Amino acid sequence: MTEAARAKDGRAPDIFTRGGWVAMRQHRDAEPVDFAIVGAGAGGATLAAKLAEAGLSVVVLEAGPYWRPLEDFASDEAEQHKLYWTDKRITGGDDPIELGGNNSGRGVGGSTVHFSMISLRFRPEWFKCRTKLGYGVDWPLSFEEIRPYYVEAERALAVSGPVHYPWGPFRGPYPYRPHEVNAAGLVLARGAEALGVKWAATPIATVSAPRGKSSPCMYRGYCNFGCSTNAKQSALVVWAPRALAAGAEIRDMAMVTRIGVDRSGLVTGVHYRREGVDRFQKARNVVVAGYAIETPRLLLNSACPQHPDGLANSSGLVGKNLMTHAGPGVWAEFDEEIRWWKAPPNMAVCEHWNYVDEGKDFHGGYAFMSQGPFPMAWAETVSTSREGMWGWRLREEMLKYNRMAGFVPVAECEPREVNRVELAEETDQHGTPIPRVIFSYSDNDRRLQAHSIRFMSRMLEAAGGRDLWTSTDTSHLLGTCRMGDDPRTSVVDADGRSWDIRNLWICDGSLFPTCGGVNPSLTIQALACRIGDRIAAMARRGELSAAAAVR
Amino acid sequence: MKRPYPSYDVLAKWDTPSFDETTRAVLAKRLTEVPPRRFFTEDEHRLLEAVADRLLPQSDRREPIPIAPWIDARLATDGGEGFRYDGMPPQQEAWRLGLRGIDAEARLQFSQGFRELGPGEQDEVLRRIEAGEVDDREWGGLDARRFFRHELLTAAVGVYYAHPAAWNEIGFGGPASPRGYVRLGFDERDPWEPELAR
Repeated sequence: MTEAARAKDGRAPDIFTRGGWVAMRQHRDAEPVDFAIVGAGAGGATLAAKLAEAGLSVVVLEAGPYWRPLEDFASDEAEQHKLYWTDKRITGGDDPIELGGNNSGRGVGGSTVHFSMISLRFRPEWFKCRTKLGYGVDWPLSFEEIRPYYVEAERALAVSGPVHYPWGPFRGPYPYRPHEVNAAGLVLARGAEALGVKWAATPIATVSAPRGKSSPCMYRGYCNFGCSTNAKQSALVVWAPRALAAGAEIRDMAMVTRIGVDRSGLVTGVHYRREGVDRFQKARNVVVAGYAIETPRLLLNSACPQHPDGLANSSGLVGKNLMTHAGPGVWAEFDEEIRWWKAPPNMAVCEHWNYVDEGKDFHGGYAFMSQGPFPMAWAETVSTSREGMWGWRLREEMLKYNRMAGFVPVAECEPREVNRVELAEETDQHGTPIPRVIFSYSDNDRRLQAHSIRFMSRMLEAAGGRDLWTSTDTSHLLGTCRMGDDPRTSVVDADGRSWDIRNLWICDGSLFPTCGGVNPSLTIQALACRIGDRIAAMARRGELSAAAAVR
Repeated sequence: MKRPYPSYDVLAKWDTPSFDETTRAVLAKRLTEVPPRRFFTEDEHRLLEAVADRLLPQSDRREPIPIAPWIDARLATDGGEGFRYDGMPPQQEAWRLGLRGIDAEARLQFSQGFRELGPGEQDEVLRRIEAGEVDDREWGGLDARRFFRHELLTAAVGVYYAHPAAWNEIGFGGPASPRGYVRLGFDERDPWEPELAR
């Protein structure tokens, strides 16, 4: 099966017009570029923009299409399935993670094309959670080091949020004013006020006022199925155009299957398949930004005599310490009509248990948000959460759709080596071994989730909800190539640079040593901004050429 | 079943600013181009229709929402979410094993094939499969519970609630591009939203 690529012949799709094009610089495969980046999501597209703006030559290879939202994105849940990574994978362990649409993206912009746009910073202490809070592992970065890059990412995304955000150190107002909170969010507000805890309008990356070619959010509610008006500030809308304007090339429909390595063990470029043709792009540096399954998979699949256990894997940690966010939902029926499908799905947030440490029987934290599931997703939750929920009983239950509300947490999980991504014997359509994902919750993870269910249930009842029930889910995939200070206990350093192969880099959610209790996309983009600045500085000082000069 | 929004028809918005060209094309296909059988055998297809009719009974509808043809279409291209649970066979094989298992359980319990049973007996067969009360020898290594919940039920429910007729039933606003919504509060509705029966 070959799908036609769009970004070629010196042009790429213009996301802001139907059928339009923008100019794109192009590189020949045989011409070594400064950086070949694998993946155009929150990590890869962001880094591409930063590196190109610093004057480096960049080619991004993205396995999926280059979308034009105005003409490609239907207002339809089923049709928009095309935004997900649906190549073959196996999921196992005691608590197998549901993959597919749940936590993946395919196409320029990656999963930010269908993310919920929630843009929260980590609690500062989480960067040193072992030292300061007694659990997990410390990051090789402090909050102070990453803070300017949170500011940069929030401005780049024009995050719409409160003037005063009630948790964390003083941060000043968000770049754009908050959106009106919908009824589903007002349920959270009502419950929080009844319990005496704080709540806030969720800081989200969809604009509340015009910005460049993006018009303000129309409250369609289809955010998880692609924004057809470009109000959403995804990597497709924000970083890809910046990367192109600065001279980067983004090659869509280009699946990288293997990284090339020379006799000295340095990487030489990437093997990829585009429109049915096997090609090799030469590069002085390679960045892997394929998210926490595809990144370790590519490193493991690139094993060679110089690196028999896979690239960057002298620590044995490539693919290890996989984390997700648990998302046990609590749902209730209300007297009022809520119609939670109007506006973005998560308009109100409570981060109370990310910032309060007293009264917990677990390490870690969780935020939780109001919800707005669409009919197919909601029907799946309703039918699979309780026994016997099919037949007439299911159809009756679904009639409550417009009077339901609920909360789902972003519940932290501990990093543990038993949770991992490995290669299966089976191969995919390119003949490359597919990934097997193995995941089980720890006792601490389970206590944390039980706490979240109790607290969210109390709040939902305090808000007037009745007949509560719960569901299970997960979101996000993190941690499989962790950054650290020590080559024995980490895959890369604080700049995302491999300890073993100095011209190989990683820039995505697999860098996270711990996952915190918030959505990761803002932190991924902040890390990418920082890594971009660090690489640019190294390039200016000539520190990258040492590796390149070997050839 | 008392319908909360009897006067609502999402397709009445077809020529309004809530529908764009892209969405109209997608929905026109769903409404008019029900795919022909390509993956299942005729017997398997009839059996799946009978099972789907218990998972989502539609005796109240003059024109039932087609379910089996869309599952068949997905399996014919081996489409879907891509991943499978460790120990489960690939999805095409899983579905053949699963349907065979359902029929075998019907014969074990009631000495007749699933399609020959009455609705009450059919429901009892499905209830036992959902609870994992099955004879493992009839399932070829397939986890019957997991198949029921995460393949069969999820697929059938997904097809049903992807149809505009189901949106009318539950009062979902449906397509909303470019025009989204203005009134977001409790008990608030824009004029182009479903109206609750008084």
